[in-house]
Amino acid sequence: MTVPAAASAGFLVSALKESAFFALIALVLAVPLVGLRTVQEVGGLQIEPRWAWVAIAVGAVFVGRFLLGSLRHLLAMRGPRKERPAVAAALQASLRYLAPLLVVFAVALPFLPIADRYVLDVAILVLTYIMLGWGLNIVVGLAGLLDLGYVAFYAVGAYSYALFALNFGLSFWVCLPIAGLLAACFGVLLGFPVLRLRGDYLAIVTLGFGEMVRIILINWYALTNGPDGLSGIPRPSFFGLPFAFKDPGGETFHSFFEIAYSPGHRVIFLYYLILALALLTNLFTLRIRKLPVGRTWEALREDETACRSLGINPTNTKLTAFAIGAMFAGFAGSFFATRQGFISPESFTFIESAIIVAIVVLGGMGSQIGIVIAAVLLIGGPEFVRELQEFRMLAFGGLMVLIMIWRPRGLLSFREPTLRLHPIPGRGGSPLPPPADSSP
Amino acid sequence: MEYFLQQLINGLTLGAIYGLIAIGYTMVYGIVGMINFAHGEVYMIGAFVSLITFLVLGIVGITWLPFALVIVLVSAMFFTAFYGWTLERIAYRPLRQSPRLAALISAIGMSIFLQNYVQILQGARVKPLPPILPGGFTVMESETFPVQLSYMQISIIILTVVLMTVFSLVIARTSLGRAQRACQQDIKMAALIGIDVDRTISTTFVMGAMLAAVAGMMVMMYYGVIDFFIGFLAGIKAFTAAVLGGIGSLPGAMLGGILIGLIEVFWSAYFTIEYKDVAAFSILVLVLIFRPTGLLGKPEIEKV
Repeated sequence: MTVPAAASAGFLVSALKESAFFALIALVLAVPLVGLRTVQEVGGLQIEPRWAWVAIAVGAVFVGRFLLGSLRHLLAMRGPRKERPAVAAALQASLRYLAPLLVVFAVALPFLPIADRYVLDVAILVLTYIMLGWGLNIVVGLAGLLDLGYVAFYAVGAYSYALFALNFGLSFWVCLPIAGLLAACFGVLLGFPVLRLRGDYLAIVTLGFGEMVRIILINWYALTNGPDGLSGIPRPSFFGLPFAFKDPGGETFHSFFEIAYSPGHRVIFLYYLILALALLTNLFTLRIRKLPVGRTWEALREDETACRSLGINPTNTKLTAFAIGAMFAGFAGSFFATRQGFISPESFTFIESAIIVAIVVLGGMGSQIGIVIAAVLLIGGPEFVRELQEFRMLAFGGLMVLIMIWRPRGLLSFREPTLRLHPIPGRGGSPLPPPADSSP
Repeated sequence: MEYFLQQLINGLTLGAIYGLIAIGYTMVYGIVGMINFAHGEVYMIGAFVSLITFLVLGIVGITWLPFALVIVLVSAMFFTAFYGWTLERIAYRPLRQSPRLAALISAIGMSIFLQNYVQILQGARVKPLPPILPGGFTVMESETFPVQLSYMQISIIILTVVLMTVFSLVIARTSLGRAQRACQQDIKMAALIGIDVDRTISTTFVMGAMLAAVAGMMVMMYYGVIDFFIGFLAGIKAFTAAVLGGIGSLPGAMLGGILIGLIEVFWSAYFTIEYKDVAAFSILVLVLIFRPTGLLGKPEIEKV
């Protein structure tokens, strides 16, 4: 495609002008906060200028904006964008084969040569977030309720396991259902008054609840040991067989199975434990989607008014989603407590909730595989670039904004409707709705 | 009685600050219909800019206090306004036609981003500052408890009243204010009759950011210590104030701010200081349950 030179030059001038404008804005933004750093000296706060940083920032904005403008221009010249075959749809279709492969890979991971202690630890962490993401997906993805205080239920699960185990000596397997139940009760308790609220109000209120739980955990010293946290939480046992070198009370895992003792056994066991819990969550979600209650959730997400006029009680329906989501957070919480052996309110800040929400939303609300991808990217990725720890949250926040702008419905938001009004023979569906990609 | 009066003064001061932040929430919600979750961060940036300006003035040698304060005020409003503008431009404008949750997520992302941005650039430690405007009156004195009204508190309240007056006049009298009210009522219709909606929304963000900057400057001077995390709680409380007063309503935001300030201060004074944030959140929940439209808000009718 040839372009008249004049148009090209005109574009160049306008792009340069625009870049200069944005660079100027960047200059104003950067001068106080980037250019002048406050440092604590003996005689009080002092200012330390850093003009080089300002120059770099302004230059970066200028170049970045120019490149972005040119890219848009080039794309626009290639004519209207063709309807891309949705990657999400393709992935969804291949999921039938992909999912079992992923599960097999996950099961085999501890025995692969790449799996050392560190990899397994990261894998456990990622799986915890996958499980939390899948749990929250019930609330956010299926029922369409934005819950910014999900970490509160995680905390309830963790603390209930820790407290029951420390005070009454109950084992992990007894505590797990109790923790889930307690978290679910909490979900009902918190959800009941607020679930009538509209989307964004609900988000803020749940955020408030999350913070309230944390503040109570910090201040209720007698029960929770306050900011010092609870330590010495018992580690899980293999159905009663502890992972210790020697147990004065009887058999240990390695002596029972007559294998050599290795401290790695516990890590592998923890890995399988969280894998099982996560897969349970996934299976539950996949099945409940097909039940009336699951369908009601999704209907409610799409149009609450229509649902109400069909005789659905929105509050009760939302409440079930809230409670079930909370229950899985409770499970994950007790796993967290048993893995860490130590919990404190510090682990349950708003930022954790934000990370879980980000995983669900970035993955594409309602998409199970999307959550896996997002969790691996957001949790696993930064683990391997530890040096950039300082910039991790910065990049995290920026990424949330960029992905929302790029794909407001999440990375993999495509989902084949489970039911169609007029099924097309052979394809099982009517012409597809336009893929959810509304980026300009 | 004296104790009560003292807490009342403290509560009004704190409430004025919350009210100024709350206006930013209420205006943006009124027009765009979204919660500008990063507004608390804008306020935090305002506090930092005023701190930095103040230190720079010290280096330059401008020490006549009234003049220095005016410069700090103007500089905080100026720079923070740019942050407000950029925020809207980058994180919200591309998402105006998107689902509501997308904009909220983007706002949360922006909030995390700005927090860490300031943390990395200015350091994570708290920034202490010696009292800038010390002294005050003793309003009432009993043998046990003197009631203090500091110059700082007087200036905060006066400045808030002045800003509120100016602001209400802008909304009520100018063409910009008319455009904003038109957008608030019906954004499509406003666009049809020739109002530049994009520009109006940008201006709204800029105005909200300016008021938040003033609030940040006040907090910086009133408490004498800031850090990169102050925006989070203040933002939630100011949002609570906006909801309490009736979101979308300007006098409501101010009223809500003052109520939240009073509740927080009295709660700390008479009950437990540890749970003062819980008090604010509980108020939010109670208001939303029993009076979702707030004290001065109009009921929102859902049309199908």
